[in-house]
Order: sequence, then C-alpha cells, then structure tokens
Amino acid sequence: MANMAQSIRMALHYAEKNYQLKDIFGQDVGMPLGGVFTATQGLETTWNSPLDERGIIGMAMGIAMAGDRCVAEIQFADYIFNTIDLLKIAGNTLWCTNGGFQLPMTVMTPVGAGIRGSVYHSHSFDAWASRLAGWKVVMPSNPLDAYGLLLSCIQDPNPCLFLKPKALMRVRGEDLIPGEPMDEKELKNMIDAPIGDRTNWKAKWPKIEEFLVPIGKGKITRSGDQITVVSYGRHLLLCNEVADQLKAEGYSVEVIDLRSIYPYDWDMIKTSVQKTGRVLFVNEDTEVTNFGEHLAYRVTQELFYELMARPRVVAGKNVPGIGLHPNLEDASVPQKHDIEQAIREICAEVP
Amino acid sequence: MRTNSVQTGSKKKKSQPVKTAQKSKTSASITASFKGLDKALLLQMHDLMVKSRVLEERLIKIYRAGESFFWIGGPGEEAWGVPLGLLVNKGQGPRYDYVHLHYRCSPTLVAMGLPMIDAVRLMMNRSTDRSTGGRNFSNHYAIPEWNVAPVTSPLEVQYPIACGTAHVQKRENLKSKNKALTVVTGGDAGTAEGDFASSLILASRKGQELPILLTVQNNKWGISTSYEGQHGETFIADRAKAFNIKASVINGNDPVEVYLAVKENMDYIRKTGKPAFIEAMVSRLYGHSSASGANPIPNEVDPVKQFEEKLLKAGYLKSEEARQIWEQYEAEGVRATEQARTEPVPTADSIWDHTFVNNENADWRKF
Repeated sequence: MANMAQSIRMALHYAEKNYQLKDIFGQDVGMPLGGVFTATQGLETTWNSPLDERGIIGMAMGIAMAGDRCVAEIQFADYIFNTIDLLKIAGNTLWCTNGGFQLPMTVMTPVGAGIRGSVYHSHSFDAWASRLAGWKVVMPSNPLDAYGLLLSCIQDPNPCLFLKPKALMRVRGEDLIPGEPMDEKELKNMIDAPIGDRTNWKAKWPKIEEFLVPIGKGKITRSGDQITVVSYGRHLLLCNEVADQLKAEGYSVEVIDLRSIYPYDWDMIKTSVQKTGRVLFVNEDTEVTNFGEHLAYRVTQELFYELMARPRVVAGKNVPGIGLHPNLEDASVPQKHDIEQAIREICAEVP
Repeated sequence: MRTNSVQTGSKKKKSQPVKTAQKSKTSASITASFKGLDKALLLQMHDLMVKSRVLEERLIKIYRAGESFFWIGGPGEEAWGVPLGLLVNKGQGPRYDYVHLHYRCSPTLVAMGLPMIDAVRLMMNRSTDRSTGGRNFSNHYAIPEWNVAPVTSPLEVQYPIACGTAHVQKRENLKSKNKALTVVTGGDAGTAEGDFASSLILASRKGQELPILLTVQNNKWGISTSYEGQHGETFIADRAKAFNIKASVINGNDPVEVYLAVKENMDYIRKTGKPAFIEAMVSRLYGHSSASGANPIPNEVDPVKQFEEKLLKAGYLKSEEARQIWEQYEAEGVRATEQARTEPVPTADSIWDHTFVNNENADWRKF
C-alpha cells in the first residue's frame, strides 16, 4: 500500500498527464529533494520557488488567472499565515469580479502536530481555512482519499486548499490506489528517489487510474447507533481506534470522516445525529472559534429537540504554540484518552 | 498589434523653395520637440488624456452629489496611463498582454477603449458594472476580455500575481511568433510592501526571467506620507537595477517621453523575454481619494494642460478644437451619469452569487 506522500505524488503525476497540470512549485518542491515530505519527487512540472510564501501564492494566482492549472505548496502551514490576505483575495476574486475571473488553483500544505515539530511545525489551519470564503478546503485521513481529494481539487475551477496531515505522510492505508502495485517494495523502487545522487534518476510510474473523492462528501468509517463522532485528518484515525476499543465495552460509536471542511457533508452529519442523538466533534486546531464549534452550533440549532446530550468539541488548547517537549505537545492537542473520556461522558448524559 | 510602430514625422525635401524650406525647418523643429511622434498620434493621446481627466472629474462630481460612497482615481496620471494603454496588445488569454493595474489606472483603460459609462456604472455601484457588478470601489476594474486583471484595494499584491501571468506567457511565447508580456503598475508608497520585492525576485531569476514590464508611478505620496518619509533609496528604479533588471526613470507627465520609453521597453521584453522596469514621476492632482477631500492640489504639474499648451503652441491644435474636445467628453460624462441612474442596482439575494464557479452553492445553510 502506498503511504500518503506516495499517493500525493501519484495524484500529481496523474494530473500532469491527464489534467493539464503545468506547474507544481514551492520551496524545495523540485528535484533533487522533491519536497520535505518527498511528496513531489520525480514529477515533470515541479520547480523550486524562492523562499517567499507570498511570492508562491501570488504566482499561483497569476498562473490560474492566465488559465493554467497549478499546485503550489507552502512547506508548512505554520508559514502560510503571512499569505492570509492573498488567500483572501484568491477566495474573493471570482466574487469581486462578478464571475469574471476564475482561479482554478490548488494550494497544499502540511498541517498539525504529531511529529514533535515544536512551535513552528505543528500549527493547524483548518479553522482558519474555514473562514476563507470562496475556497474549498479538504483534509484526507488516508492515502486513497488523499489521491482522490487532490485530483478533485486540481479539477475544480475554484481555489482549493489541500491540508496534508503531516503525521500521516508515512502512514499506509487499507485500500490500493487504482493501478497501484500490490507490493510496497515494488512501488518504492518505482517512484521513491534513491538516497544520494539523483541526477539521472527518473520515476517509473505505475499505470494508475482516475479515482475521485467528491469535495463535500464525508465517509462513515465506523458504524454505530449510540454516538456520532465527526473528525478528519490525523484525529480521524484516533477516533477510529477509540471507537474500536470502546466497542469491546459495548459502546456503539459511529465515526464520520468529514474529508471536506468546506463545503461539508451536512446530510451525513444530520442523518447520523438523528440516529444517535449524541455527537462529538474532534480536531486539533485551537478550541476558540474552532470549526467544530460551527458544526456543534448547527447541530444545536437544527437538531436540538432530537439530541440526547449536549454536543461537544474536543480540540487543541487555546495556547500560543505547541511546545516541543512531549508533555507540552500532548497536553496541547487532543489525545486518545481525551476522545475516549468525552465519548464516555456524552453517552452517560441523560436528558 | 495596434500601435506597435512609432509613427515619425516626414523629412524635409532638398529641392523646395526657400520659404517652404523655412516652414519645413520650423516643422522639423516641432517634430523634434515631439521626438518624432506623428501628429495624429499626438492628437490621439491628447484626446484620450482629456477624456480621462473629464471622466475622473465626472466621477468626483458623482461622489460630491451623493450618488456614490467613495472615489479614488487617477487625475495626474494621464500622461503615463494613456500611452501605456495605446501600446498594450489587447486581447484575452496568454497570447495577449496582461495588465495588472492599480486604482489610478483609468487613463490606461480609456486608452484601451473603456467607454465612460463603464466607469460610471462602477462608480455608482450598478449591477450593470462589467467589472464588479456593483461590488467594489471606483476604478477597481476587472475586464477578462482585455486581460485586465482585477484591481485590488490591498496595495502591491498585483506584483507577484503579475509574475504568474508572465510565467504562463513565457511558456506560451515559446510556441508563438507574437511575444506577449505582462504589465504591472503601482504607486511609490506601495513599494514598501514585501510583494514588490517578491516581484523583483520572481521576475529576474537567472535563466527564468519573466516577460514583464514592472512599473511604478511615483507621485511622491502615500496618502499623507511623503516620499522622503518612507524611502531611503534615491530612485525606486535603483532597486530593480540590483536585480539586473533593465531600469529607467522617466518624466511620467510627458506623454511623448512615456510613449517612447514604454514602447522601447516593451520591444526589449518581447525580443529578449526579460523583465524591464520603469519608474514614472507623476502628479497627484486631487489627493489620495475622497477621504482626503478630492480637491485640486496646487503646485503639481497638470500633464493634460501642459501637453495641450504644447500642442496649441506647435499649431497642432487650435483653441476651439481643444474646447470642443473637453465639452464633448463632459457631455458624454453627463449622458453616462444619466444613463447609469436608470440602471438596476445589485439585489440583496445576489450576495452568494459567484462565490463558487457556476454559482455552485456556497451557503452552509443549504449544504
């Protein structure tokens, strides 16, 4: 099975060959490195940008304005903050021009904690991104979804933000990408750049096929009828683990992988919550004006009389940064025991 | 291309009588004072400069009459903007020039063919406004059919965006005989933004140079902050030189000098594929915007009147002809205002329109 870095690489290759993708760029995106997480190795249209996030986003907007498809990378989401007004302009260009100028661009950036990345390699961006009107925002939790969501982003005529959970970049999924070799070693030998001199290395791409995950569509990863847990990215996997553990105790937890943050799959959330009457939203961005709060608000407004317990949000603490020491990081972003505790409390609540 | 060739005046003939020779000598002197530009082109530039000025003054009148919320625009930049607009290879897509303008750009668009009514519709927030549908400030144009990129209120973001369109053109130029380029304009105060430096870097990387004309219109003011209060460099163009970009400083109040400089630099870019930089010294005749009163500023050179006087003195234009030009455009401005008053405004239920392409639903209440 491909890991997420390999799946992103294969999606970009597929888009180069089939979607007229002409530019994949950002800091260290081109060879010889091919991205700090190796997600852009061996591709044809990669190039290294200057160390200038605003230059990267500005270039992407101009390329899109001229009608070409591009994928721009901000090396870590921690460094995307100085581009926030450009992201806002990218999101409002179609609107401000009354439909005159489309910006079909994709920006991808690694997000979240989980790799002991300290203060400036651990930021989340999903809550911030949800306030960028005009953008579509996605965040996969496994390699196949990463492949399908990235292809959907590149095809989309709107600006799309592809948030990569950096802690999952080496995690393998349970499903093959269509056309992917069964043998992990075979795939590695084909598309992973060798250590050392890469001057003459070229990727040998498998005959991968189109697979699209529609933007705005979630996925139920665990079925249950006692409580709904909604998450995405790295924490989706933690929610799955907790659901599996609690199953042994008789809990029936339904887990939804939202996959898209905007637009989001309200029908899936609504249907599930109407069934369970209880809901927990989990993500690792900071807790004040967190995106999960918006979802909890909506559940409260639209499903209030169908609820058996108060909706909850488990999110990152509202602290200025993720400290390097594990004690600090673990206390700052939700851990499995936080999710487990919240599920137990919500299930124990009686109206 | 519409005006890619400079039209020069005729040379005197050796065999003419003495009287005619004297007349020709005078004629040659006049031609020389206009640096060889053809009379028809000079009169065309004058006409468009007057039109631009009358348009801006019309917009200010609309603001003063309470028929608009805000004015910002380009009186004082006619001698820069009109020649630029005449020299742009207008069209849609990367085979034509891209133009990334700032909000003092109306002379460029008038020269490109913008009817007054379009500027007035934008000023009066009509839904018929072709640029924004009544959503944005005056002179915030966006015309995809002419590759006029959206004008934004945040200053200087247009510079790195312009590098993106130039990047695509660089690729397209390899496949085409006609070499397209990107033009970007902005004020001197905005060059303090990092985006300006970004564009110098992106445009000039060795072996990856971009076909882009980077320009700055230096009116020596940023709202109320003087040039001296912000800049340590002697000329902004000096910064471009540091990136090995061909750079020049010109008198942006002289349309002849502007025309020749812009053309020469455009020719250079189309031939070499490399960037060029022009700093044009211009006037700011009505202050920053309506927020500072939009009143005439004394002691600034008026490029329209200066050029008109030069044409009158040269005998290329008569006073009566000049008067008629001003009156003709004043009348057009009045008609445009009256027309725009009758046109619809945006409706409240249109706020979600064009959030996503093809009006795909973007309202979370309807997800």
